[in-house]
Amino acid sequence: MDQFAVKVFVRLRPSVLDPAGEATKSASIKLGAEGIKSLRIGKMIEVKIEGNGEDEVRKKIDLLCDRLFANIVIEDYEYSLEKL
Amino acid sequence: MDNFTVGVVVFPGSNCDRDVSWALEGCLDIRTKYLWHESSDLSDVDAIVLPGGFSYGDYLRCGAIARFSPLINALDEFVKSGKRVLGICNGFQILTESGFLPGALVANKNLNFICDDVELDIISSKGGWFNNVDEKQTIKLPIAHGEGRYHCDSDTLKKLVDNELIALRYRNNPNGSSFDIAGITNEKGNVLGLMPHPERACDETIGGTDGLFTLKSLILK
Repeated sequence: MDQFAVKVFVRLRPSVLDPAGEATKSASIKLGAEGIKSLRIGKMIEVKIEGNGEDEVRKKIDLLCDRLFANIVIEDYEYSLEKL
Repeated sequence: MDNFTVGVVVFPGSNCDRDVSWALEGCLDIRTKYLWHESSDLSDVDAIVLPGGFSYGDYLRCGAIARFSPLINALDEFVKSGKRVLGICNGFQILTESGFLPGALVANKNLNFICDDVELDIISSKGGWFNNVDEKQTIKLPIAHGEGRYHCDSDTLKKLVDNELIALRYRNNPNGSSFDIAGITNEKGNVLGLMPHPERACDETIGGTDGLFTLKSLILK
């Protein structure tokens, strides 16, 4: 069995208003930061997982992302995977 | 309807379960039974309410984890048999997460937690949930939510409109919901999800009785 460290990023889809991102953008501008064009907030989920090779682990992570980590009605996801 | 029993589901984090039970038993004389979320035996209840609250602490997303409870897994057959399911607030979120209703509930547009009375237009009486609310077209119910903004894509919205699945719309959209949507039903009409709390509007002493009929509709066949 191989062990992998997976980082899953879940974000609201671009078409979905992100009020928390908008509020944080507004605060960032008040702080004096210049040039912020957009700011959106997502989640990062770290998973350590075992499996027989990368393909098997990707299948497991895809299932988790599609059915639990993200609500694909409103969110997109992507992930990176590193063999430990 | 002497033996008719409404199951009120209790998740870790439910906080409107007792309110629903009080409204049904105290105001409408309808028997209730609490159903722990780990139960999958729904054989002795005739209708089900998923109450408001914060199931599983709303971790990950509202309703996302509740979707995997044994009870929600057992709900599929219950719904297919035509029995009635009412999801209120967090219950509505659970119904969308579990695919019984389309769309999703996301953070309110202004990020405020909104606790207020709102006016709602009754758009469709599919399933009979809002039939004859003293023949009113508009009702007033309380809302209390931070993530109650209904969102769906344009194809889904068209389907909701074309099939008369939109039950309630806000008169003054408080949270930024698509098309002012406050509540929808499934195509069969036996599942209703809504963000307002009918159980908090069942007695004049607490501000109104416009919620009574929706709860009473649980006993409709």
